[in-house]
Amino acid sequence: MADELAHAAAHDDDHDHKPHGWRRWVYATNHKDIGTMYLIFACTMFFIGGGAAMLIRLELFQPGLQFFDPQFFNSLTTMHALIMIFGAIMPAWTGLANWMIPMQVGAPDMALPRLNNFSFWILPFAFTLLLSSFFVPGGAPAGGWTMYPPLVLQTGSSFPMLIFAVHLMGASSILGAINVVVTIMNMRAPGMTLLRMPMFVWTWLITAYLLIAVMPVLAGAVTMLLTDHFFGTTFFTAAGGGDPVMFQHIFWFFGHPEVYILILPAFGIVSEIIPTFSRKPLFGYEAMVYAVASIAFLSFIVWAHHMFTVGMPLAAQLFFMLSTMLIAVPTGVKVFNWTATMWKGSLSFEPPMLFALAFLFLFSIGGFSGLMLAMVPADYQYQDTYFVVAHFHYVLVPGSIFGIMAGVYYWLPKWTGNMYDLKLATWHFWLSAIFVNVLFFPQHFLGLAGMPRRIPDYAVQFTDWNMVSSIGGFAFGLSQLLFPYIIWKCARGGVRVGNKAWEGAHGLEWELPSPAPYHSWTTAPSDAVIARGAAH
Amino acid sequence: MSNAPDSSSYYIPHDSPWPIRGSVALFCIMIGAVAYLNEWTGLWSFAPGAVLLAYLLFGWFSTVIGESQRGTFNNQVDHSFRMGMMWFIFSEVMFFAAFFGALFYARMLSVPWLGGQGVKVFTNFVLWPGFEALWPTNGPGHVGGRADSTFGIIPAIGIPALNTMILLTSGLTVTLAHHALRAGQRGKLTLFLGLTFLLGFTFVGFQAHEYGEAYRQLGLRLSTGIYGSTFFMLTGFHGLHVTIGAIMLLVIWLRVLRGHFTPEKHFAFEAVAWYWHFVDVVWLGLFIFVYWL
Repeated sequence: MADELAHAAAHDDDHDHKPHGWRRWVYATNHKDIGTMYLIFACTMFFIGGGAAMLIRLELFQPGLQFFDPQFFNSLTTMHALIMIFGAIMPAWTGLANWMIPMQVGAPDMALPRLNNFSFWILPFAFTLLLSSFFVPGGAPAGGWTMYPPLVLQTGSSFPMLIFAVHLMGASSILGAINVVVTIMNMRAPGMTLLRMPMFVWTWLITAYLLIAVMPVLAGAVTMLLTDHFFGTTFFTAAGGGDPVMFQHIFWFFGHPEVYILILPAFGIVSEIIPTFSRKPLFGYEAMVYAVASIAFLSFIVWAHHMFTVGMPLAAQLFFMLSTMLIAVPTGVKVFNWTATMWKGSLSFEPPMLFALAFLFLFSIGGFSGLMLAMVPADYQYQDTYFVVAHFHYVLVPGSIFGIMAGVYYWLPKWTGNMYDLKLATWHFWLSAIFVNVLFFPQHFLGLAGMPRRIPDYAVQFTDWNMVSSIGGFAFGLSQLLFPYIIWKCARGGVRVGNKAWEGAHGLEWELPSPAPYHSWTTAPSDAVIARGAAH
Repeated sequence: MSNAPDSSSYYIPHDSPWPIRGSVALFCIMIGAVAYLNEWTGLWSFAPGAVLLAYLLFGWFSTVIGESQRGTFNNQVDHSFRMGMMWFIFSEVMFFAAFFGALFYARMLSVPWLGGQGVKVFTNFVLWPGFEALWPTNGPGHVGGRADSTFGIIPAIGIPALNTMILLTSGLTVTLAHHALRAGQRGKLTLFLGLTFLLGFTFVGFQAHEYGEAYRQLGLRLSTGIYGSTFFMLTGFHGLHVTIGAIMLLVIWLRVLRGHFTPEKHFAFEAVAWYWHFVDVVWLGLFIFVYWL
């Protein structure tokens, strides 16, 4: 079987003339090439956004203004968020989707390959526009990534650059998401029924629906900002009958599903890794699918919990508090099922499993602090403090970022055909896992003690924990340099792996040779192969 | 393996220069817009991007139409295109939802609050004394409008009702054209499809006339408070979509004249018809919530 496939694939490569030189990348239509470009782009943005984070922690190492003026500091926090969300995490997920979804559903490529390349190539231009805003009069946007009016309307010449960069990123995301939906719904091999699909495919399908539903709403919201700034509309001005709070409603109608867009694919990856290294099928596969779908549905009716202090009617506060707390139910199902998967399993702790386990523990911490923030009376205290910063960094760094890293360490041998340096990757894990906590855990204390976010200076009593946090930040940032080095080293060579890089792995991607052929499944896999892969 | 489809059933296009050209075109448009809005340049800064975009649309669609005519696309690819178009239209629906959301929020919440409704009595008493929450409004600050802070509105019965009839009729003609296409009646197809895009452009013409009247005589502008903002944003983006849709219908009509499409395979025709029904439905929402109620 495998030989037959390898032969078919090799034949296809000869037949297909894999393009060479720059054309292979710039004119790409191959899902693996485009996936690679997405991942390299995301990694680059991860380090640029990380650089901004280092500068933020440098300024916050001590009270007082040491290095930057407050305006530039605010630009750093704004740009750090925009770069990490739209430049690092979202493209990384799309890159992984590109690489893995065709392989996992038994397809030769994505359904719409040219559209795929279009959605990638929009991104470098969008970020060129956004990053060059540092060099125009007035500096880069400094009103926060949430772009609340009226503050954001005071942005200098970079204001339209911000708006149009967001439009471009949104277009890229929508096109990418359409491609994912169509690939999953139309390119599955015969026999790959919906409830045989791997969890990563399921979570990405639901993520893609979220993207198509909310990215246009963000485009609408920033368009209204643009017309308020330049064309005299009064959507967000009370004098004309509008309301600045209306922007917050529209923005968070996008923004809350957006945070699930950032985390759902990580749920999928963890749901694949934990069974592999527990050598047991996933506990409650169907419950996991329904839980992810419930979380996605709930994400549309919780948005105002980001704005409890703006002066909403009491009934609205109660509704959004309760609907938010309801999310804990499907999330609890997921955490329970991951834990139950490991119960009596024969566990081993290779780097993907380590990252998945850290995800399980640390994402849960972020979930719990989210539950605290969901309570309206408590949120009145926590709003706009470092407690919020600690909360969302716990779900985004050891949540989304660890999920991405777990996925890369899980599938890297499939991509390159080589096993990477396991020892170095284990080092990368422990340094990351330790220092991410040194970095973010003290921020809970700072927030509860009342330190506000987005301020370059602070009262002296906050100094100790800020220093600890900054030291954790620098160490975490430096540790990440290991990541591209390990990948680069693995791409250059290493111990060859067979089809199945991990003995406990299941799924169609492990039925293909490593490295996988240029066009993944030129012949659809048979029902027996699909059944073997779908052993959940 | 014998019953599984063989590799010939999958279609993977070879490397294509169009996506990168598209990205460059979008980038140039954005740069032009940034330069213009920041008053670094005049309107000419849109020109390079516009030219590139026109080249892109022409080139990319020509390539795909050529492939389609050569029979490159099998049923699976056709199905992918259909699903892609459906989800694209859904994303457009959500784009309009943002502006409808703004309209409903202003009418149901922010304007009544400014008028002191419910617990917001002090908002009115302290900040905007004397402001009465009525619709339409240009807000407590009487933003925009005529010099005496009033403005007129366009009544639903008149051009808007006529435009509703025009769009509904065009929805009918495009369906008749589709039936004719499926029945292989090319003459009928050409006639009804031609009528459809003519009705579309007529709609845009009436809309432009209405805008002119609003700006010159009624004091109703984009800057006339929240009413003007929501009115022009919603009808403006809708008008833009009608224009794009009518151009798409025109292109399909020209393709029909060249003998493209068969009774069995005509994805492009259907995609444009779906898009046309989408602008039709959005208009009904506009007519009811913007003009009528």
